[in-house]
Amino acid sequence: MELTKEEESALKGEHGEIQQMAYRILVATGEATDAEKLIPIEWAHLSGVNYNTIGDAGEEFLSGISKHARVKVKTTLNPMGFDIDNVSKYGLDENFISKQLSIRNSYETMGVIPSFSCIPYEIFDIPKDGTQVAFAESNAAIHANSYDNLKTNKESAFSALASAIVGKSPNSSLRKEDDPNITIRMKVKNPNELTYGMLGFFAGKVGDTSVNISGLDEMDKRQTKAMCGGMGTSGTCAKFIFGEGNSDCEKIDFDEKEMQNVHDELNTAEKGDIITLGSPQLGLDEISDLAGKLKGRSFQKRCMVFMPRTVKEQSTKIGYTAELERAGCEILSDCCTCLSPLISKDNVDAVTTNSIKGAFYLKNSNGVGVNLKPLLQIVEDETR
Amino acid sequence: MKKILVSGKVEGIVLKSEKPINFLGTVDKKTGIISDENHDLYQKSLKDIVLVFPSGVGSSVGAYTIYSIKSNQAAPLAMICKKVDLTVATGCALANIPLITISDEEFSSIKNGMKISFDTEFNQIHYQ
Repeated sequence: MELTKEEESALKGEHGEIQQMAYRILVATGEATDAEKLIPIEWAHLSGVNYNTIGDAGEEFLSGISKHARVKVKTTLNPMGFDIDNVSKYGLDENFISKQLSIRNSYETMGVIPSFSCIPYEIFDIPKDGTQVAFAESNAAIHANSYDNLKTNKESAFSALASAIVGKSPNSSLRKEDDPNITIRMKVKNPNELTYGMLGFFAGKVGDTSVNISGLDEMDKRQTKAMCGGMGTSGTCAKFIFGEGNSDCEKIDFDEKEMQNVHDELNTAEKGDIITLGSPQLGLDEISDLAGKLKGRSFQKRCMVFMPRTVKEQSTKIGYTAELERAGCEILSDCCTCLSPLISKDNVDAVTTNSIKGAFYLKNSNGVGVNLKPLLQIVEDETR
Repeated sequence: MKKILVSGKVEGIVLKSEKPINFLGTVDKKTGIISDENHDLYQKSLKDIVLVFPSGVGSSVGAYTIYSIKSNQAAPLAMICKKVDLTVATGCALANIPLITISDEEFSSIKNGMKISFDTEFNQIHYQ
């Protein structure tokens, strides 16, 4: 990688330890992703917030650097482990709560906007086409590259944080080329959001950094997010391009058989004890749609609904929150199904969800069974 | 060396694995001991050796594990991979553990227990 004189001296430590560490991360990331230089970015979105995932090491690290580190560009934040408004209902231990609050405090001290959301593309204004950003959350990086006309690497928690501190990010292949070597041909008829989640999961497994996808119908927000979430879960792929791609692209079908394989991998239970909606978190459109579907109906078991705090505030004003609560939903902001400490195999055997991303982490991290169903089916089966 | 991810100068004994390493969940972050019984380095300690393995796999949170083992003085002196991945690259950058990649032929020629030294400034690796 070619560094400017200024960047070289920062890497040598002449601008302090924090800058040195940040540059060391950016150089390692840049070399790993074939970048030739660093470029300015306008927005960083950080992962590495949930104490459930970063643990004591992460908490101590952030607490240490927050004494001196400050972010240089607009920086937003992934979900944490709980919603402070109702955490007392979930039996989390004191240590978890205090460590999580320490992490929150460290990020705020560094100047990060405490958005606690994995859908920054829905709750913040999207900058103009082609803007360079640095998004660590995989579904958000894929959404930014594939739908929002932004450019980002699939950053790690560290490269996004380093990018936020320096205001630059490696100019890696994802920021430059639109030339996937694989095309996935979508063959499944009448897809719902679960189908798109499985398509994304499949694409993420076979694709390297980006894939073409052909044969797609018009997709709504829920389906789009499901696809981004599924893709980010299964591999390193961080962009899809709509269309057939070049004639020399390898063509791979996604048909009933491929879909069944993904389903068999992630669907491990015939029914759930509780329901979770939101991974990625639900946006206002999805909340509005859900409130509509639940008119005059109530869930017969616990249903946890995850959304960003800003969306919850809007929902409350409009009246959706009251409608969802009437229907028996537990509304949680600042956190998400994905890697939630609020769902434990000690008291839950299996969870019903329409999220492929959620299913993957519920199965592998929480160790509970998963019953996959599209939202329409969940409402039909689980409400009266 | 093919790529220099984190620069530095080291000398140490090789601990080699033919399997990729998922730092999150495979390595004990306090002791640096491989805790996954399905891994070929099961019960081996990563402390103060030169770790040679094909590449990292798994969650990017594994980078915190690399930082943790360094903080707990249980980290390798350096890492050498065939293929680089972002988890290992950022973890080593954060912990300031020298990291390079080498060709498949060089990787095959490295044996467990041999002494190895490299200096990224001069782009040289020595085997003894």
